Order: sequence, then structure tokens, then C-alpha cells
Amino acid sequence: MSMDDRDQHDPNEPDVSRRQFLRGLSGSLAASAVLATGVEAVPLSPPSPPEPLEPPLAVGPRIKGQVKVRLNVNGQVKTATVEPRTTLLNTLRDDLGLTGAKRICDRGSCGGCTVIADGETIYSCMMLAVDAQGKKITTVEGLGTPEAMSPLQAAFVDHDALMCGFCTPGFVMSCTSLLKHNPDPTETEVKEACAGNICRCGTYPRIFEAVLAAAKRMRGE
Amino acid sequence: MKAFELVNPTDVSGAVSALTAAGREGKLLAGGIDLLSEMKEYIATPSIVVNLKAVSGLNKIESSAKGLKIGALVTLSDIAKHPTIAAKYTALAEAAESVASPQIRHVGTLGGNLCQRPRCWYYRDEHVICLKKGGSKCYAIEGENEYHAILGGGPSYIVHPSDCAPALMVLGASVDISGPKGNRTVSLDKFFILPTENLYKENVLEVGEIVTHITVPAPAAGTTSHYLKIRHKESMDWALSGAAVALTAKAGKVTSAKVVLSGVAPVPWRSPEAEKALIGKQVTTAIADRAGAAAVAKAKPLGGNAYKVPLTRNVVRLAVLHAAGVKG
Ligand SMILES: Cc1cc2nc3c(=O)[nH]c(=O)nc-3n(C[C@H](O)[C@H](O)[C@H](O)COP(=O)(O)OP(=O)(O)OC[C@H]3O[C@@H](n4cnc5c(N)ncnc54)[C@H](O)[C@@H]3O)c2cc1C
Ligand code: FES
Ligand code: FES
Repeated sequence: MSMDDRDQHDPNEPDVSRRQFLRGLSGSLAASAVLATGVEAVPLSPPSPPEPLEPPLAVGPRIKGQVKVRLNVNGQVKTATVEPRTTLLNTLRDDLGLTGAKRICDRGSCGGCTVIADGETIYSCMMLAVDAQGKKITTVEGLGTPEAMSPLQAAFVDHDALMCGFCTPGFVMSCTSLLKHNPDPTETEVKEACAGNICRCGTYPRIFEAVLAAAKRMRGE
Repeated sequence: MKAFELVNPTDVSGAVSALTAAGREGKLLAGGIDLLSEMKEYIATPSIVVNLKAVSGLNKIESSAKGLKIGALVTLSDIAKHPTIAAKYTALAEAAESVASPQIRHVGTLGGNLCQRPRCWYYRDEHVICLKKGGSKCYAIEGENEYHAILGGGPSYIVHPSDCAPALMVLGASVDISGPKGNRTVSLDKFFILPTENLYKENVLEVGEIVTHITVPAPAAGTTSHYLKIRHKESMDWALSGAAVALTAKAGKVTSAKVVLSGVAPVPWRSPEAEKALIGKQVTTAIADRAGAAAVAKAKPLGGNAYKVPLTRNVVRLAVLHAAGVKG
């Protein structure tokens, strides 16, 4: 494994990552060493063959390089070109324009990227896009619109259950899933459903209130 | 994350051969919750990832009079909500329920939970080449060590992060392993290995080997079990200290006791000392406290984790009382 191979543009990293920046530095150091010794730089590997125009579908026994995934998101089948290492979160955000799921920790610790897959909440940052094929994915965009919010979304607004709002889509997904499975939760059950979501602004009490109120409304009480 | 080739075998032998062929360049992917973290941090840099998810026959819980057979791909949430597991193998259901968050339990598998890598922050830092990564030093000894081992430590002081392992161990579980040399069954008691035996892995798995199933014998009549876990952040965290306890009692006296600790040693830590304090006794608060004291008698804390000694003593005491159904 060469250094370059390791650092090849990582679709999971922001455009200029710390790694790429460091690599840029070491690259220029290497170049000046070549100049100083007068040794000519030889390309490490032969130029790669041109990419096929249409990447293959990401199915089958071995998947490598650029591949096309077909994802069922919010009831629609969408395709995107990814690599095996691309996460579902980055595909949603960068390729499908669904930026509701937030990339915060990218390590399965904060809940900002929560989506529902086949009826259960998951962290989309911890699932490969190729592995999300065949699952029914729901993101916050699939729940309601600003004009026609879901009852839970409306309750978040009514109860002022957010401050900066960055964590909100994740909480909304966790609690939407809770209310699907359990229309009459206790406050403890709401807290358990939110155990994998963190709010740095500390809006928890308002969130719990909103969920209980939405549950009540959805039950018609 | 480094680019990799993803291999999708559909049966165990295909997974074993792909993994064996990949050798040190290969990694096995189950739920991916741990492996993807390691890859994002460049702690693991496989060029071939063997995806276990499409392998058939590994996602079922089979329950019979003989016991449980759980496929390695069964998720933690499926274990936590299985009625028979909750009723008869209580410590396992409680342990699975205590892992991380709902989002992780929906994806994380039992096989992955047992085989996950340590969470030591020096090990997990790409830029620190510690003892476990071929370096010459365990930085926890002189560094920030409040989450590290108080028992069985040295030369590395990681703690084993699995909650399910101690619960399965007190229930007498073993793992079925498939590998390039065939199949073998290993008792979980012998599955995990200390850093003195091997610094670079936490269990006996060799290159190309895969855990396919976890089997748990049906508990003897009169057996109760419990897993208690104390964490820094109650909502979602690894154990600062935890204890799994299984007790079999006849006529009010303990005939068999198993105590295994989490969060305090480089392996799920069996405590024969605590077990000895319980066997032949009727569980009372005094006996439970004696078991707790025995469990930590040999503890050697580092600079920042002495709090784990009284904590563990009390965790064992409370877990024993709860398993025995005695009010503390
Ligand atoms: C924020 C956070 C909190 C967490 N909290 C806890 C906690 O409180 N308690 C706890 O126990 N864990 C915790 N975990 C750790 C862990 O991710 C989960 O326990 C989970 O069960 C891992 O399962 P997986 O299927 O996702 O594993 P993967 O990531 O797929 O695999 C983990 C490792 O095991 C190997 N492996 C997987 N399956 C097999 C197999 N069948 N045979 C051989 N090797 C295999 C993989 O190669 C990899 O090295 C936490 C993780 C995160 C990110
Ligand atoms: S971004 Fe996925 S859990 Fe934090
Ligand atoms: S509202 Fe700001 S993080 Fe939750």
C-alpha cells in the first residue's frame, strides 16, 4: 500500500482534508528531494485505462472502483455513482441532494445522520451505500414538507424543541420510528428511543414534551 | 477510508476462502459499526473487505430444549427482544440491550460484538503507534488511563469492550468457528486472550477464520442470571465496569456461580475468587459484598482509574443480589 493509494480522494472526506493537506506538503518535499539529487521522477504505475462511461451496477461477487447503486429512498428509486467505501450518508447528501441527514461525528456516536431503513433507525454514516441497496430508506425529507409537516414535525415546532436545529432531523427520525412501533410511549420509552441522539444545545426536555404531545394527537386524544 | 474491493460471498466456505486468500490485506465486515470506524481512522486499512451480510444461514436464533444457537449475523436488537432469551438467558438479553444505542443495535451483530477491537484512545488514534500497533509503548501506563484495565493488564492495558461476552460466558457459551483448516468449537472461556499471549489481537481467531454461530446450553434448573453495567453517560456508552452473574441454587444455597466482569480487563474477566465466595452459601447482602471484595482483591489500578476498584466491588455486589433476587 503506497501513501498515495491510501490518500486517493476519499469520498467520505471534505474536499480538502487534513490528510490531503499533509499529503500535499509531503509531495512537495519529495519533489524538492528529486530536484536536489537530480534523479528523474518515474511514474510509480502505468497510466490507468480510461474509465468506462457507465459504471457497473454494484451487485455481484466482487465490487471495486466506481459503481452504480440503486437506492430506494422516500419511495423513489434513485441511482448514484459511488465507490464501495462511500457511506449511505454521503450518498444521500452529496449525490441525491438529501441534506436532511446531518454529517456530524461520522462515527456512529451522535445520531445526526439517523434514517429509517426497513422500519428501523440506523446511522447512515455507518452503513456503506452498496449495503443499503434493497432496503427501504426514509429520510426526514420523506416525512413532510414545510407546508405540510408530519404531526411530529409540527409538534417540534409547537414545542420549540430545537435551538440550532442541527440535531433535529436525527431526533425526528428516531421518534417517528418510535411512534410507528409504539403509539403510546411513556417518557422513559421516549428517552430510550433518543438514547442514540445527542443535542449539544440541550433541548431534550422540549423534545420529550413534543413527542408525547404528538403521540397524543396522533392517537386522536 | 482507503479504497477497497468488496467481496460478497453467499456461503461460509466462500467467505473463508475469500478471507484466507486476502490474508493480512483482508477484513471481515458484519454490521460494520466497529470496522468502518477503524477504517475511517486508518487503524484498519484493508484492500479487500469480505462482506458477511449476504452469507446465508447466519441470521437465525434457534431455541430448543438443548439451548440456543445464534447465528453470528443476528443483530443485538433481535437478541434483546427475543422472549425466550429474556426469560431464560436473562443476562444475555440485558447485555445486548445495554449496548450503545437503538441505531447501533439494529445493525450491530453478535459476532461483531464479540470480535470488536478495543476502544483505548491511544490505540484508536491514527497518529499514535502504541504497543498494540507494533510500537514499543503502552501510552496508557503514564498517560490518560481512567478507562483502562485494573485487572490482567500488561504489557498493554486495554479493556475488552464487549458487553455480550461476559453475559455469554456466565451462561457457558461457545463459538463455532470456520476456517481454512476446517471447523472448530471454542468455549468462550478460552476464546479471548490476554496481551501477554498476543498483543495484536484479542481472541484466538487466525487469519481466514470466521465465527459462524454462538451456542448457549440451556441453563440448569434453578439458574438465574443478570448483567449490570455502569457507564459514564447512561444513554449510550461502553462499560466503566460491569458484571455478569449466573447463579444456580438448590434449597436456598448456591450450587454453581459464574462471575465475569466487563470494562476492567483486556479480556472479559472471569473471577473465580468471587465465584468461590458464593458457592455453598445462601446469598445475603454480606455474602454478596464478600464476592465483590474478592473480585477486586487482586486489582492493580493505574494512576487515573483507582475509582474502578470500589465501583467494581459494588457492581459485583449488586449484580449478585439482583441475580439471586435478594433486595440490597
Ligand atoms: C458509539 C458506539 C458505542 C458503542 N457502544 C458499545 C457498548 O456499549 N457495548 C458494546 O459491547 N459495544 C459497543 N459498541 C461497539 C460495536 O460496534 C457493537 O458492539 C457491534 O456489535 C459491532 O458489531 P458489528 O456487526 O457492527 O461489527 P463489525 O464492525 O462488522 O465487526 C467488528 C469486528 O469484528 C470482526 N467480525 C465481525 N463479525 C465477525 C465474525 N462473525 N467472525 C469473525 N470476526 C468478525 C470484524 O472483522 C471487525 O474487526 C459501540 C460502538 C459505537 C460506534
Ligand atoms: S454522523 Fe452518524 S452518528 Fe454522528
Ligand atoms: S438544537 Fe442544537 S444540537 Fe440540538
